[in-house]
Amino acid sequence: MFDWLFASPSEARLLGEARLRGPTAWVVAIMSFSIMIIAAAGLALTNTAGTLSQAIESRYSVEVPAGGNVAAVLSAIRSAPGASDVQAIPEAEMRRTLERWLGSAAQSGELPVPALVNFDLKAGADLVDIRGRVRTASPDAKITTHREAVGPLLRSLRLLQWVALGLVLLLSAAASAAVVLAARGALDTHRFTIEVMHGIGATDLQITRLFQRKIAIDAFVGSLAGAAAAALVLLMLSAGAAFAGELTGGATLSGLDFLFLALLPLALTVLATLVARTAVLAALGKAL
Amino acid sequence: MLRDLDFRLANGGFYFLTGPSGAGKTSLLKLLYLAQRPTRGRIRLFGEELTDAPRNSLPQFRRRIGVVFQDFRLVRHLSAFDNVALPLRISGASDEQVEGPVREMLAWVGLADRASARPPTLSGGEQQRVAIARAVINRPDLLVADEPTGNVDAAMAQRLMHLFSALNRQGTTVVVATHDVGLISATPGAKLIRLEGGSIADPTGTLRNPPRPVRSDA
Repeated sequence: MFDWLFASPSEARLLGEARLRGPTAWVVAIMSFSIMIIAAAGLALTNTAGTLSQAIESRYSVEVPAGGNVAAVLSAIRSAPGASDVQAIPEAEMRRTLERWLGSAAQSGELPVPALVNFDLKAGADLVDIRGRVRTASPDAKITTHREAVGPLLRSLRLLQWVALGLVLLLSAAASAAVVLAARGALDTHRFTIEVMHGIGATDLQITRLFQRKIAIDAFVGSLAGAAAAALVLLMLSAGAAFAGELTGGATLSGLDFLFLALLPLALTVLATLVARTAVLAALGKAL
Repeated sequence: MLRDLDFRLANGGFYFLTGPSGAGKTSLLKLLYLAQRPTRGRIRLFGEELTDAPRNSLPQFRRRIGVVFQDFRLVRHLSAFDNVALPLRISGASDEQVEGPVREMLAWVGLADRASARPPTLSGGEQQRVAIARAVINRPDLLVADEPTGNVDAAMAQRLMHLFSALNRQGTTVVVATHDVGLISATPGAKLIRLEGGSIADPTGTLRNPPRPVRSDA
C-alpha cells in the first residue's frame, strides 16, 4: 500500500535531484502552521463553551440589595425542594472581585455592594415557588438565571468555533490548490521525461508514483515544520491560556485535543498526497 | 498526412521505410510505435486491434516495441546507463537485474567507458548509440528506428545494422526509416516501403532483395 513511498535510487533519479525543496514544502508549512493555531483556538473555545454551558445550565443567583435580609433568603432557598449548593457570596469577596475593574474604589463604603446568593436547581424543580419564597424573605431580591446572562457570550463562542472550523477547511482547500499547481508545474517541468517514459511503456500509475512520492515528502516536511512552529507558539501562549482557563474554567486543551492537533500534519500530508495523485493522474490521462 | 495506406508487416521481417522529406515517414512510425492514433482507418499490431484500444492497455504493447527516435529523446539528467536501463526498469527489473545487460549493451555500442556520462556531454553519434541501446535492450518484438545511423560513422553504422540484423534473426520485426541507400543495399532480405505524399508508392519496384514469405501478422 505504501510501497510507492520507498523509491530506489534509480527511481528517485528519474525526476532529477533537487538541491532545495520546492515551494510546495513552504506553502504547506505556512498552511500547517495556520491550521494548527486556528484549530487549537477552536478547540479551546469549544472547551470554554462546554464548561461554561455546563456550569451555568442550572445555576441561579439571587441579588439581595444592600440592607436586605440575606439570612432569610438563604433559609428560604434551602428549604425549597430541588435547590442545592446554596451559597452566599460574602461581601468582602464581592468587593475583591470588583477590585479587578474598580481598583481600590471597590473597597469604599460608599459603594453599595449587593449580597449575592448562588444556588443550583434540579431539573423539574419549581422556580416560581422559589421566586415566591425569596420575595417573601426579601421583597427587593431579584433572581437571575446564569444561562440568560451568559447566553450571548456562549452564542458568540459557538459562532467562533464554526468560524475556526471554516478557516481550517478553507486553509486545507488552499493547501490543496497549491498542491495541484505544484503538481501541474512539476508535470510541465518533466513533460519530456514523461513522454519518453510513456513511449517506452510506463503506465500512468508508474509515472504518478514518482510525483506522488515527491509531493508527499514535500508535504510531510512542510507539515512537520509548520506544526513545530505552531507548537512553539502554543507553548508561548500556554501561560496566558492557563490564566484564561482559570477565569473561564476551560480555555485549555485536553490530552485528546493535543492528540487531534498532532494528527493534523499527518492529515494534511495525506490530503496533499491524494490531491497530487488525482491531479497527476488526471493530467496524464489527457495524453495518449 | 498519411492516406490510403494498406500494408502488413510480416512477423520477423526487416523493412526499410524510405521516401522524400515530408512524405510521412515519421508520421507512419508514430502510428507504429503507438504515439498517435489514426484519425481514420485501422491498426492491428501483435495480432490485436489497437485503433481504439483503451489507453491503459497501450503500455503493455509499447513495452514490446523498441524505438530509436530521430532526435534521440534521451533524458538529459540521466546518465547513459540510466537511459539504457529505463525500459528494463519500467518492465519491473530490479537494479541488480539491470546492471549486467546494460553494461553489456553499452560495451556493444562502444560506450562502456561513458556509462555515467549524461547526454549533453555526449557527441551526437554517442547519443544515437545510447538511444539505440535503449531501444534494443528489452529485445523488442518490433524495432522502429528513425534515421538511426544519421550521426554515426560508416563503421559504426554497419555495426549497428549488424545488431539490428541479429535482433531480426531472433524474431524481432525491424522497421528502419532512412535515406541511406547504402544501408538498404547492404541488408540482404530487407524489404522496402517507399512513401510519397503520404501514400505508399511503387512498393516493389525498388526492392533490391526479394521479400521473404510472410509468416504471420506482426
